[in-house]
Order: sequence, then C-alpha cells, then structure tokens
Amino acid sequence: MKRHSKAFWPLLIAALVFYAIVQGLIMTDMLGAYHTNTLIFIAINIILAVSLHLVIGITGQFSIGHAGFMAVGAYLSAIVTMKFDLPFVVAIIVGGLVAALAGLIVGIPSLRLRGDYLAIATLGFAEIIRIIFLNIDYVGGAAGMQVSKMTDWTYTFFFMLITILVIVNFTRSRHGIAALSIREDEIASDAMGINTTYYKVVAFVIGAFFAGVAGALFSHNFYIVLPSQFGFLKSVDILILVVLGGLGSLSGAIISAIFLTLVSTFLQDYPETRMIIYSLVLIIVMLYRPQGLMGTKEITDYFRGWTSKGGKDNGKDTIT
Amino acid sequence: MEKTPLLEVKQAGIQFGGLKAVQNLNLVLYPGELVGLIGPNGAGKTTSFNLLTGVYVPTEGDVVFQGKRINGIAPYKVTQSGMSRTFQNIRLFRDMTVLDNVKVAYHALAKHTMLASILRLPSHFAGEKKMEEDAIEFLKIFRLDRYKDELAKNLPYGQQRRLEIARALAANPKLLLLDEPAAGMNPQETHDLMELIAFIRKKFDLTILLIEHDMNLVMGVCERIYVLDHGQLLAEGPPEVIRNDPKVIEAYLGEEVTE
Ligand SMILES: Nc1ncnc2c1ncn2[C@@H]1O[C@H](COP(=O)(O)OP(=O)(O)O)[C@@H](O)[C@H]1O
Ligand SMILES: [Mg+2]
Repeated sequence: MKRHSKAFWPLLIAALVFYAIVQGLIMTDMLGAYHTNTLIFIAINIILAVSLHLVIGITGQFSIGHAGFMAVGAYLSAIVTMKFDLPFVVAIIVGGLVAALAGLIVGIPSLRLRGDYLAIATLGFAEIIRIIFLNIDYVGGAAGMQVSKMTDWTYTFFFMLITILVIVNFTRSRHGIAALSIREDEIASDAMGINTTYYKVVAFVIGAFFAGVAGALFSHNFYIVLPSQFGFLKSVDILILVVLGGLGSLSGAIISAIFLTLVSTFLQDYPETRMIIYSLVLIIVMLYRPQGLMGTKEITDYFRGWTSKGGKDNGKDTIT
Repeated sequence: MEKTPLLEVKQAGIQFGGLKAVQNLNLVLYPGELVGLIGPNGAGKTTSFNLLTGVYVPTEGDVVFQGKRINGIAPYKVTQSGMSRTFQNIRLFRDMTVLDNVKVAYHALAKHTMLASILRLPSHFAGEKKMEEDAIEFLKIFRLDRYKDELAKNLPYGQQRRLEIARALAANPKLLLLDEPAAGMNPQETHDLMELIAFIRKKFDLTILLIEHDMNLVMGVCERIYVLDHGQLLAEGPPEVIRNDPKVIEAYLGEEVTE
C-alpha cells in the first residue's frame, strides 16, 4: 500500500493546481467557451471511463450498458433541477443514487451467475432505459427535455476528482484485492473465502453511481437531453476508453479518455471523416499496443522507480 | 482414535445429466489425520472435493463438517468455516503479486469496512498494515517472501504449487484438501513437497485429505487411504492393505492398459 501513497500527494496537488489555473483562465476570460467545454467533456469522459474500469478492469465483469446508467443520471438529475427547482448538487447526487439503484436491480440477478449473462443483461437494460425515456411524455419523449446549463468546470472537476479518489481508495484496499481476485479467477476467489457475488454487485453499483453522476453533468452541459444520446454506440464509446487504456489500468482509462476526447473534438468539424479517422486511431493503437496504452501498469508505477529507496526489487532478476 | 470426526461424508453422490460422477461416497476424517484419496483418472476424486467444498451441491447424501451439515452452502462460507483447498490445475491469481495472493485469503479475517477504506479512516490503515505484516510473516514460513512483489504467474512451477498451498493455509483452515499437488513435478520437487506437507501438518495442527494419482507416493505418507474407481469407493484402509488389495491392483492395471 505504501508504495502508492508516495505519488498520491504530488498527483493530488498537481491536479488541484491544474484546476486553479484553468479556473483562473476561465474567470479572466482567457479560456473561451469552446476550450472550457472540451475540458468539461474530458472530465465527464474520465468519470465514465474510471467507473467502468472498476467494473471491467478491476472486477472483470463485462458490462456493456454503461450509457444506460448515464441516461438514468442524466434524466433524473434534469427532473430534479427543472421540475423541482432543487440545487444542481442535489440533482447530481440523486442522479447517481438512482443510477446506483438501477445497478443494484440489474446486478443482483445477473451477477449471481457466472459467465456472460451480465453483458446480455446490461445491453438489454440500456436499451430498455432508452426506450422508456423515449416514451415518457413527462420528460419530452423523442423531442427531449429542456435543461438549463448548470455544469461548469468546478462541478465537473471536483466530481471527477471524487470519482477517482473513491475508486482508487477502493482498489487499494482489501476490498479492491477481493474484487481483483474475482477478475483473476472467480472459482479460486470463492474458494479463498471471498463472497464473490457481494463484491461483483458492490463494484457494479459503485460504477453505476458514477455513471449516473457523469450523466447528470452531461445533461446539464447541453440545453437539452435526448434519449438518442444514450444509445448502444455511447456504451461502446465508453467501453473503448477502458479497453484502449489497458484493462486493469486506471491511469490508462484516464489517459485514453483525454486522448480520445481530444481526437473526436478535433475531428468535430469533419463529421464524414471523423468516424474513419477515429476508427483508424483505434486500430493502430490496438495493432501496436494490443494490451492497451498502459497494459495493466499505472502512472504511479513509474514514480516508484525514483521515489523508493531502491534495492527493494531484488527478487526480479532471480526469476525467469 | 475415538474422537469425534472432523469431516463425515455420508452416502454422498452427484449426477451430471445421466452420469453418476460420484455415488455412495462415505468418508470419515478424524482431527490430525493425513488421509489419501486415490484412483485412476476420471474416478471422481476432484468431483468429490467439489462436493465437500460446496462447488457442487450433492444430489444425494450429506456432508457433515465439525458436526454441521454443510451441503448446499456456498464455497466461500465453507472456506470461512475452516475447510480450504488447492486445485489440480493451479488456480493462482496470476496477475496479482505473491503477497496479494495471500492477502486474498486473509481478507475474510480482516475487519475494516469498505467505507473506512474509501474514506481512508484510521481503521483502514491499521487493518491494511496488519494484513500486510501478517501476509509477509506467512510467506516467510514458506520461504516465498523474497518473491512477494513478483506476479504469481512469473514464479517457477514448483513455487506456484507452494504458493497455492500457502494461500490455502492463509485462510486458516482446520481441514486442508490438496488436489494432486505433485502433478507435473520432478522427483526432487515431489520430495520437497512431501516434506512441506509433513511440516505444515505439524505447524498448523492440520487434518489433510490428499488426492494423488501416483499410488506409491501416497503410500509413503498417508495413514489411511480411500480408493475411488468409477465414482464409487473401491477400498479403504491402511497403505499395506490397499497395496495388496486385488480390486485396487486391477483398477490400476486396467488403467495402464487403456492409457
Ligand atoms: N461439471 C461436470 N459436468 C459433467 N461431468 C463432470 C463434471 N465434473 C466432472 N465430471 C465427470 O465426472 C467424472 C470424474 O471426474 P473427476 O472428478 O475430475 O475425476 P478425477 O479427479 O478422479 O480424475 C469424469 O467422467 C468427468 O467427466
Ligand atoms: Mg482430478
């Protein structure tokens, strides 16, 4: 555990300094709406990627309906702010909690079983959610629902930071080790006394919660929320962030969220070539780094080399 | 040995579709015993372990452990109640470190909550520190501490077997089930393994049920032996009786012909 906390404080301080600089630039009008929006998109995608990383990368459960939980958060938070006039923070938390509840309802029956039931269940769930919102007049049906812009850099940044902290702290504890062991070998994990269903459901619910938070930030960043924003392709987009980063690497998920958001933002003006170039980038990365950008490594692993006193890894060369 | 049995299997059996993989299984283990379970390939030895540990629920009969009927109980609960196992095909957490492999087994013994870990409360740090120290001490017993930061998959084969046994013991069992621990080992490694088994048995005050394909090996270390063939008990008794049992000889000869 100790070896990671060495990089923890420098990274946290760097993040806060980065936040302050950006916030300063926004307040002095030196950073325009376009670039601010790009940063907000990056942060939302980081929340989505990191929360799905917990489910797929850490616990090894193949969920392909993350956009469904995002939709729940997006709509529920919009109802809270637009219909009930409650503060945005309350809306974000309600969005997360209802998404978590949805996660619990989908997770308990499908995670009890071994195998690929979860993929099918989450895929179906996301479609059902989309179709439900499409058919509810209260939230505007296919025409969507008007939402005021409330998402700003500060909200997005701090919810992103909370997401990362919660998931890092979970992962680097006995609970995270239990979840990892399920990914590695569920039968052995069970045989070592781990309540595998419990940990799968917990990871899934935490993942759904933060997907809901991301959905709330997302819907309040546009002026409208539409069912079509949360289709299967959205789930695939999020999945790609995790796979591209390297399954099991949190820093990889973050890096690929930054990278791919930038790529698709730059290509925004060329919609016809955008999908082609986006796909090419993915193919190239997968050809040259099939294990993902980071493999299973973390950024902090690179800090270890020069922050530890050295000579600790002597076991390395005795094993071939 | 008129003590109460630690484990009692009564007429247990399991059926997969039409196949009776194990039937009428009767086993009794007393505290402190080292008992062998042998039989040709496909006899139902591994399936028997799966019946005992809750991986399969017996379709007939009962498994009684420490006086409690445990059939139908989830494997993790069986482990927490004091029965732990290794697997015929090593099942380590391959992409986790040696230390973390042992920590998984310690997990159930630690108390700090998930909320404490997420909020990094003092109980998290205390709990994790104790787990770490205990796990390292534990690895030292098995002379695996120098590998602690290696990924399990990078260990040499013999050490992987050793780690799997260490991990099973870290769960603090009273009964240890070993499924062909010597499989794939050379004679030297097998010899070391047998010494290890004798050592842990004393050190941890264990009862051991050992599956072994190689009859000679089991004869050397076990006090009593159960012989399984075609899912049914063929014989039971001390090594010298088993060695000369014509039915056992036939079962093993039959296998050599078919192999
Ligand atoms: N889950 C299962 N489904 C169907 N058949 C099984 C299952 N598990 C084991 N068997 C069958 O049970 C028999 C005994 O297998 P096993 O217990 O692995 O033998 P052993 O460990 O003695 O070599 C084999 O015929 C095997 O095919
Ligand atoms: Mg077997």
